[in-house]
Amino acid sequence: MLSKKSKWVVLLVMALVMVLVVAGCNSGKGDAGKTQGSADNKQAQETKTVTLNGAGASFPYPLYSKWIAEYRKVAPHVTIDYQSIGSGGGIKGITEQTVDFAGSDAPMKDDQLAKAPGQIFHIPTVMGAVVITYNLEGVKTGLKLTPEVISDIFLGKIKKWNDKAISSLNPDLKLPDKDITVVHRSDGSGTTNIFTDYLSNVSKEWKEKVGKGTSVEWPVGIGAKGNEGVAGTVKQTPGGIGYVELAYAVQNQLPYAFIKNQAGKFVEPTLDTTTAAAAGSAANMPEDMRVSIVNAPGENSYPIAGYTYLLVYKDQKDKDKGTELVKFLWWAIHDGEKYAKDLLYAPLPDNVVKLAEARIKQINYQGEPLYK
Amino acid sequence: MQMPSPKSRRWGDSLFRGLTFLAALGMIGLVMVIAVQLIRGSQLAFTHFGLGFVTGSRWDPVHGAFGSLPLVYGTIVSSLIALLIAVPLSLGIAIYLAELAPHWVRTPVSFLVELLAAIPSVVYGLWGVFVLVPLVRTALEPFLQRTLGWLPFFQGTYYGFGMLAAGIILAIMIIPTISAVSREVLLAVPNSQREAMLALGATRWETIKMAVLPYGRSGILGAVILGLGRAIGETMAVTMVIGNRPQISPSVFELAQTIASIIANEFSEAFDELHLSALVMAGLVLFVVTLLLNILARLLVWRVARAPEGVTRE
Repeated sequence: MLSKKSKWVVLLVMALVMVLVVAGCNSGKGDAGKTQGSADNKQAQETKTVTLNGAGASFPYPLYSKWIAEYRKVAPHVTIDYQSIGSGGGIKGITEQTVDFAGSDAPMKDDQLAKAPGQIFHIPTVMGAVVITYNLEGVKTGLKLTPEVISDIFLGKIKKWNDKAISSLNPDLKLPDKDITVVHRSDGSGTTNIFTDYLSNVSKEWKEKVGKGTSVEWPVGIGAKGNEGVAGTVKQTPGGIGYVELAYAVQNQLPYAFIKNQAGKFVEPTLDTTTAAAAGSAANMPEDMRVSIVNAPGENSYPIAGYTYLLVYKDQKDKDKGTELVKFLWWAIHDGEKYAKDLLYAPLPDNVVKLAEARIKQINYQGEPLYK
Repeated sequence: MQMPSPKSRRWGDSLFRGLTFLAALGMIGLVMVIAVQLIRGSQLAFTHFGLGFVTGSRWDPVHGAFGSLPLVYGTIVSSLIALLIAVPLSLGIAIYLAELAPHWVRTPVSFLVELLAAIPSVVYGLWGVFVLVPLVRTALEPFLQRTLGWLPFFQGTYYGFGMLAAGIILAIMIIPTISAVSREVLLAVPNSQREAMLALGATRWETIKMAVLPYGRSGILGAVILGLGRAIGETMAVTMVIGNRPQISPSVFELAQTIASIIANEFSEAFDELHLSALVMAGLVLFVVTLLLNILARLLVWRVARAPEGVTRE
C-alpha cells in the first residue's frame, strides 16, 4: 500500500519536473516561485502558488503562526512564512526589501520611513498591554497605582513600599516597610517601548531624563532578559516590582496592579480594557495609523497598551504576491481577529478595523488597487 | 596490497601538506574577516565617539550616548572572580584524580566533571536564577557583609543578582574545562619525575608540589587560559544573573553588565544605526580585550616554559 503510494508520488514528481522543463524550454525564462499545479488532479483550475515572506516582532508571533495555519485552509495555494526576529530586524528587512511584509511593535520613525525606497503602510493587527507585577507578601492582584507613583518608583524616588504615596492609594492593604526593587527588561523589546512611552507620556521628568525606546538607560533597577526573566526576578526578590506583557502575566497567574487612567478610574488590565483603550483613541488616529495609545481617554481604557503592526509597501512590485498579500491582510483584520482572544491578544475595535480597511484598499500594483 | 611508488607517495605528502596548510590559512582568514567586519560595522560609532567609546561610562540608547568602560569592567571582573574560585577548585580536582584517587573513583568522577561541560548555558542561567541567586541573597551575601563588610568589595545593599552571582556561575561553568585539561597535563608528567622525588625520601604531597606541578605548569596555565576564554565570552548564563546594569562599583554585591551580555540583549531590537554600530564596536572592544589577554597569557606561558623544569629550587 505504502510502497505503491510512494511509487505514485515519484511518478508524479517526475511528471511535474518534465512539465516544468518543457515549460522552461518553451518560454525561455523559468519563473521561480510560481510553479504550475497542472499535475494536480484535484485542482482543476490553474492557481498560482505564491510564497509570502515576513519577519519581525516576536510579541505577535504565536498569533501570526495561528493565522498562517488557519489561512492555509482558506487559501491552500498561498504559503506564508513569518520569522520572529524582532521588530528591529523586521524594519530592516522591509526597508531593504528582503521580506514581503514585516511585523513591528512600534511604528517606524520618520527618518526610518524616509530611508525606505517606497511608502510603507502600517496595518495594526492586535493590541498588547503591559501590566505591572510585584512581589509583596500577602498582597495579591489589585494593588492600586497612579501614573505619578509608577513613574516615581521607576525613577527611584519612591524607595519603600510603605511610602505614603502608595499607602494612601491602598488604605485597606498593609504594606510592609520594605525596599522597592525595580526590575526591568534588559533586552530591547516592544514591551519596554510601550512602558517607557507610557512613562514619558505621564511624567515630564521621565521624558526629559530617560525618554522612550526599546532599550533605555534605566535610573534604577535590575535588568532581566525577557518576560520570563522579569517575572522570575520579581518572584525571587521580595519587594520587587516589574512590568510584563498581559498575556504572560495571565498565563502565569502573576499578581498585577490596577492603574488609574486618564478618566481617573482604576482599571484592571484585561483584553477588553485594552481594546477599549484603542477604541478610545481611535478618534485621534492619524491617517497613517502610527499612533501611541498609552494613557488613552475613556472610562474603561487601560492606560499601558500599544498596537502591533504589519508593515507593507503601498506600491507592490509583484502583482501575484501583492494580490495575495492584500487578501491575507483583509482576512487577518476580519476573520483573523477572532483567534486573538484565545491567544490573549486584544482584538482591534470596529472603528479601527474600518480605518485599516481604508488603508488596505490603497495598496496597489502600478496604480491599480489590488483589493477587489 | 601494492606499495605506492616513492614518487606518488611524495605527491600524496605534498597534497596533505597543502590541505592542512589551507586549513590553517582558513583559520587566519576567518579571524581577519571577523576583524574587518567588526571594524567596518563600528565606523559610525567610531566617528561619533572616537576613543571616548572606551573611556565613556554612559550607555543611553535613547539619547545616543555610548561608552563601554562599565562593560569592559564587568567583563573582566566577573571573569576574574570566576578564576579566583575555579582555579584552586579545579586544581584540587585535577590533582586528586591524577595522583591520589583510587581507580574506581577516577572514572566516574572524571565523567561527572566532564558532564558539567555539556550542560547548555541557559540551564546554568535558570539554575542561577532559581537556586543560586536566592542562596546568595539569603546566605552568602549577609555572611560576607557580617564578616568582611569592612572591605569595599562587600558593601551596599544586595539583591542576590549581581557581579558575585555571575562570578560564581562562571566559575561552575569553567571548572570542567580547567580541571579536565589540567588532569590530562598531570597524567602526562613522566613517572620518572615522581619516582626520583620519592627516592629522595619526599612525601606524596612534596612530590606533587615539587615535581609534578612544576613540570606541568605551562600546561596548567594553558588550561586556565581556556577557562578564562570561556568566561569572557559567556553570554546567556551571565545575563540571567548579573542584573544587566552598566556601572562600575567596587562592591561585588552590585549589579553589573558585560559586553557579550549587552550585545545579546540589545542587538535584535536596535533600531537606530548608531546604536547598532555601538553594539558592533562593543564587539570589537571584546575582540581586542580577548586578544590582549591571550597575548598576555602566551607571554606568561613562554616565561614559565623557559624556566627550568622539574624540581624548583627552594
